[in-house]
Amino acid sequence: MRLTQTLIGSLALIIFLLMPFSGTASDPNPGEGDGKFDPKELINSHVWDSHEFHIADWSGHPITLALPVILWTENGLTIFPSSEFHHDNTGTTVVEANGQQFVKYREHIFYADRFDQEKFEAASTMGRPFLYEDRPLDFSITKTVFSMILVSLLLILIFGFAARSYKKNKRAPKGISGLLEPIILFVRDEIALPNIGDKYQKYMPLLLTIFFFIWLNNLIGLIPFFPFSGNVTGNIIFTLVMAVIVFIVTIFSGNKYYWKHILTPDVPKALYPIMIPIEIIGMFTKPFALMVRLFANITAGHIIILSLVGLIFIFETAAISPVSIAFVLFMSVLELLVAALQAYVFTLLAALFIGQAVEEHH
Amino acid sequence: MNIVAPESLIFWTTIIFLLLLFLLRKFAWKPILGAVRSRESSINDALEAAEKAKLEMQNMHADNEKLLQEARAEREAMMKEARELKTKMINDAKEDAKLEADKMVAQAQAAIESEKKAAIAELKQQVASLSLDIAEKVVKHELSDSDKQMKLVNEMLGEAKLN
Repeated sequence: MRLTQTLIGSLALIIFLLMPFSGTASDPNPGEGDGKFDPKELINSHVWDSHEFHIADWSGHPITLALPVILWTENGLTIFPSSEFHHDNTGTTVVEANGQQFVKYREHIFYADRFDQEKFEAASTMGRPFLYEDRPLDFSITKTVFSMILVSLLLILIFGFAARSYKKNKRAPKGISGLLEPIILFVRDEIALPNIGDKYQKYMPLLLTIFFFIWLNNLIGLIPFFPFSGNVTGNIIFTLVMAVIVFIVTIFSGNKYYWKHILTPDVPKALYPIMIPIEIIGMFTKPFALMVRLFANITAGHIIILSLVGLIFIFETAAISPVSIAFVLFMSVLELLVAALQAYVFTLLAALFIGQAVEEHH
Repeated sequence: MNIVAPESLIFWTTIIFLLLLFLLRKFAWKPILGAVRSRESSINDALEAAEKAKLEMQNMHADNEKLLQEARAEREAMMKEARELKTKMINDAKEDAKLEADKMVAQAQAAIESEKKAAIAELKQQVASLSLDIAEKVVKHELSDSDKQMKLVNEMLGEAKLN
């Protein structure tokens, strides 16, 4: 009994150590230098973006993939590897590049002379990334961007391969295309066709790209080791950009009925001052809902899984690990479903909004 | 909020997504959707052709059935005709045979009749000549002895009976 517990405990520890988010242990946290386990920092370090890709820890030293830091500074474009910060996140290591000095504090890069820790901590969580007077514009290839590029390459590889097999094989699909074709047909027949109608063909590339990009990003986020584990779809900026793309496509494909519905709704003229603002707000709430839904679902799933793993370290006993593992397994399987479901919901709603914009009234 | 630098992610997400959309559209979605569409239409065509072939087969089958029916009816008719012909021929033959037989019987009867008549006539002649002979002998005998004459007559008569 004891042996099993120890075994399960060490197994949980190995799994935990393999997870990139365990890097917090070696990143001294300002204000909390007592080395105690902090689940909040653990979870944040996973769901937050970072300038380096943490792979594992080896005898206290983090092994990371140094991603390039690309800054648009007052002296122009400045590029250096993120390893020059030596995993420092406290604003103490100063990096000199292009005649300027930079520090990194909690993954935000500042001009060394203008960095003010008190000002940073005083700013609201939402406001911290926008301290533009103190920091250069940051176009770094972060972990999220790296994951996004990885997913894009995978998609191009998979679908390029599938498309090639169609050139040779004119009969029933085989192999990879046999796996992908039902999904492509699902997007066409269950998402595009019923929601957009006859003009669906024009939007198929967009919907398919959205669906597979989000789905694969969701799945990649669930794999807990390098080079995966990047939390792309749980990043609100990513979902914002996706929602904005859907919004732009929607308003540019809107026909006269769509604009007529918004600008001159079918109500008495006296109600126009109320109705028109409501309709215009409605235009923006739809993509806003898209943005928040995907972000919240994926982030929530990641936080639950990480919290369950964190239980072992909060209770500081291996005895809890069977419970943790059972729940993490359950949540991971559920997240697999959520990954597909959220990609489906995002694509479905995008198709629905586009469908409303191109709908013909008779 | 898991934001490091909003401008970085906005920039890269836009670039990567648009590039991905462009590349997948050109190298994946267009060929795949095109292939799927053309295969769907070819499947529909094939199904239609199969349906048509099936209909044709049915028509052919019906034609065959009709031909077979006709052939059968024709055979039936021919056999019936043959049977009738056979019966008729037998009957004719029987009738002919009967007529011939009748005729032959009649001829035979006629021949028998005439033979009989001839025989009777000859018999009559012979009886007459015998009678004459007897009468002659009797007359001759009477002339000698009356007893003897009587005896002779009786003998003669006995002989005549044997004939």
